[in-house]
Amino acid sequence: MPSISRDEVAHLAKLARLAVTDDELDLFAGQLDVILQSVSAVGDIATADIPPTSHAVPLTNVFREDVVRPSLGQAKTLAGAPAAEDGRFRVPRILGEEA
Amino acid sequence: MSLIRSTAAELAGKIHSGEVSAVEVAQAHLDRISSVDKGINAFLHVDTEGALAAAKKVDDDVAAGRPVASPLAGVPLALKDVLVAEGMPTTCGSKILEGWHSPYDSTVTRRLREAGVVILGKTNMDEFAMGSSTENSAYGPTHNPWDLDRIPGGSGGGSSAALAAFEAPLAIGTDTGGSIRQPGAVTGTVGVKPTYGSVSRYGLVAFSSSLDQAGPCARTVLDAALLHEVIAGYDEMDSTSINAPVPPVVAAAREGASGDLSGVRVGVVTQFSGDGYQPGVLASFEAAVEQLRALGAEIVQVSCPSFDYALPAYYLIAPSEASSNLARFDAMRYGLRVGDDGTHGAEEVMALTRDAGFGPEVKRRIMIGTYALSSGYYDAYYGSAQKVRTLISRDFDAAFATVDVLVSPTTPTTAFKIGERSGDPMAMYKADLCTIPSNLAGNAAMNVPSGLSADDGLPVGLQIMAPPLQDHRMYRVAAAYEVARDAAQGGPLIQRVPQLEGI
Repeated sequence: MPSISRDEVAHLAKLARLAVTDDELDLFAGQLDVILQSVSAVGDIATADIPPTSHAVPLTNVFREDVVRPSLGQAKTLAGAPAAEDGRFRVPRILGEEA
Repeated sequence: MSLIRSTAAELAGKIHSGEVSAVEVAQAHLDRISSVDKGINAFLHVDTEGALAAAKKVDDDVAAGRPVASPLAGVPLALKDVLVAEGMPTTCGSKILEGWHSPYDSTVTRRLREAGVVILGKTNMDEFAMGSSTENSAYGPTHNPWDLDRIPGGSGGGSSAALAAFEAPLAIGTDTGGSIRQPGAVTGTVGVKPTYGSVSRYGLVAFSSSLDQAGPCARTVLDAALLHEVIAGYDEMDSTSINAPVPPVVAAAREGASGDLSGVRVGVVTQFSGDGYQPGVLASFEAAVEQLRALGAEIVQVSCPSFDYALPAYYLIAPSEASSNLARFDAMRYGLRVGDDGTHGAEEVMALTRDAGFGPEVKRRIMIGTYALSSGYYDAYYGSAQKVRTLISRDFDAAFATVDVLVSPTTPTTAFKIGERSGDPMAMYKADLCTIPSNLAGNAAMNVPSGLSADDGLPVGLQIMAPPLQDHRMYRVAAAYEVARDAAQGGPLIQRVPQLEGI
């Protein structure tokens, strides 16, 4: 049976870009352990000979004509941005000292 | 019959004949929302101006003798807040999208507008459609009109409650693991998950892309069918859209209403009973099966052994897809941004924003998905869940080789109390036990109310499942059952919702 530690939950939160607090870590560690133990039941019947299904409707190569279509335009695209400057998205610095 | 208690079909008839105006109908529903929604919290946004303007357009067509845009032109509708619509906010029940307005319409929204359907506003939901009670909304829970201390189901509890509270005759829901059908069951309303791929997902904010499907919600089977034909159809903006004719669901609902099911083979799924099922739910289900038999249907027992593994498979597949889909909420292009004070870099801002903007259930699922997809665990979790998905499709294929439709209770219990399961994720997940297989296999499934439970007087739902693109089969059975149920129970169940005036 799987068991997930508080440190592992902290690592998952980091991978998922969630700056969780210590209190949240305590809560989630217990809950995720219960959930993962329960869902691991899939291993009981998933034998090697069964092909996986990723999608209910198997479709491949959905193409359309390569034609220019109208798009949203700059003003509409930036209207919902948390910060914009000079007609562009303004973002925080992307290089930093964080690990 | 007052305007707010009428069916969508009745309202459409009166509006198109000029007996009442669409503006009067819209206003009656807006007034109803003003008077009762404080106690229900079904709506996150009410678009009074937009609704009246859309209604006026329909009235203009009628006055000028022009053909109306569709059989539902002028009828009001409540739109789940996970489908984007220009001119209205879209929050998905999350703080991370508070105040955000979409720059475009979803295909469902566009089809509704083109059909002259009057959109009253956006309905409450579990955050990003993750939940079975609407308690995971960042904007407070929605209350069940049958008992305000109880949940209206989820994630589409705002849509189901709006119908049961007579705030709207039609609503749109989305169903990833049962979010249309389970709210329908616990509020005594009709909810349909069409075949995956038959209603466009363009503009439906993605939770689990291989499972998400929008569908119609209403108080009668015919109304759901009329709405189904408005929103369904091929859309080149959705690469998983099925390029095939929409199944004839309206004709099937009308045919079913004649009350004859002779020649129809109905399979009872044996896995969905026993421990964990409320006695009053099982009794209502068994009575419904007897009713189907009396209508001429042949009833057989069908075993689908892999359905026992649908719940664990779903709670791996859906979180895995969600962890990827919700990566788009990165505080850069839209929505909330926290900690952008010059001292934090982009990654820190992203992590601070997502921690502040997402609620606990969303965080849990993102982390479960991240875990299930990580190297070393992928085969045991996500890979195995995908194999279970194959087995579930095979069980459906085998069942539908011998029966026309399958039936089960829609959810194991009636509406539980607000707060009762919110601290126990696994208990909450079990509300989706019977609905999940049809999401994993992609076939059509619906809820039709089957009466009130003898143990607590709350609504119970009958689930009817049909093969992919055979949606009309279940509409026929549901419509026949609805007529028989009303005759046996002395009128439509929905008219027995307690009075809400004076909230």
